[in-house]
Amino acid sequence: MNPDTFELFRYFIIFIILIFIAGVYCVLISFNLIRVLIGLEILIKAVTLLIILAGYICDRVALAQAIVLTLIVIEIVIMVVAGGVVLWAFKYNKTIDPRRLSNLRG
Amino acid sequence: MALDLILLSALLLSVTWTVMTVRLVRSVVGLALTSAILAVIMYRLNSPLAAVFELSVCSGLISVIFITTVSFTQRISKERLIIRRKERLLRFLYLPFIIIIAGLLLVRYLKIPQFGLPEPSQVADARVVLWNMRHLDLLGQAIIIIAGVFGVVVFFKEPNK
Repeated sequence: MNPDTFELFRYFIIFIILIFIAGVYCVLISFNLIRVLIGLEILIKAVTLLIILAGYICDRVALAQAIVLTLIVIEIVIMVVAGGVVLWAFKYNKTIDPRRLSNLRG
Repeated sequence: MALDLILLSALLLSVTWTVMTVRLVRSVVGLALTSAILAVIMYRLNSPLAAVFELSVCSGLISVIFITTVSFTQRISKERLIIRRKERLLRFLYLPFIIIIAGLLLVRYLKIPQFGLPEPSQVADARVVLWNMRHLDLLGQAIIIIAGVFGVVVFFKEPNK
């Protein structure tokens, strides 16, 4: 790997770690289920960028794109179902604050 | 390389704004902006197909899903918004400092060892990879989509009276 590509790779890794930190912070600190989902989305964005970067560095862009397409499909399904869970929670509890979801079993 | 760094900085700023802003709708707009910037970065990393998917699906469809979800929940009053703004400011005040400190530490101390790269792949088309080499992924995608549809139907089904 030439030094320029290696330096670029290093900067990408640093930014990916920082985005991941922001996502984890959002998931842990938020008291709103929709904001937790947004944090999860940010984590997925960081992983997506990491996969594309790995494909670019290893010259396997086609494989990386195929994996990212699968990831995006899974991401969409997760978000749709999670949105349904949030609306269901709001319907029965009138809140989307996870601290107040007191009628869960278990 | 300078343009890549500018784009990465814009991505990080967009993510920080998404996490820190008070209104959920603004947060969703920030997420869409993040996806759009990520799509540009993907395009620059020779992944145009993934970039198009990211732009159309993640920036478009997921924003629609989030805005629909937000619009079905309760609107916050102005008084409550002021109280919540203060609460959020206290809770999320640390995030920019954490990011700056972590960034400085990583720039200073992150050492990635040199590693060997595999032989370049002969297949350059993502469609060929997806249809010929990773067709099991397509089966998995179909199953996950069906499971998602089934889940949504169950959640929004009206109870029998």
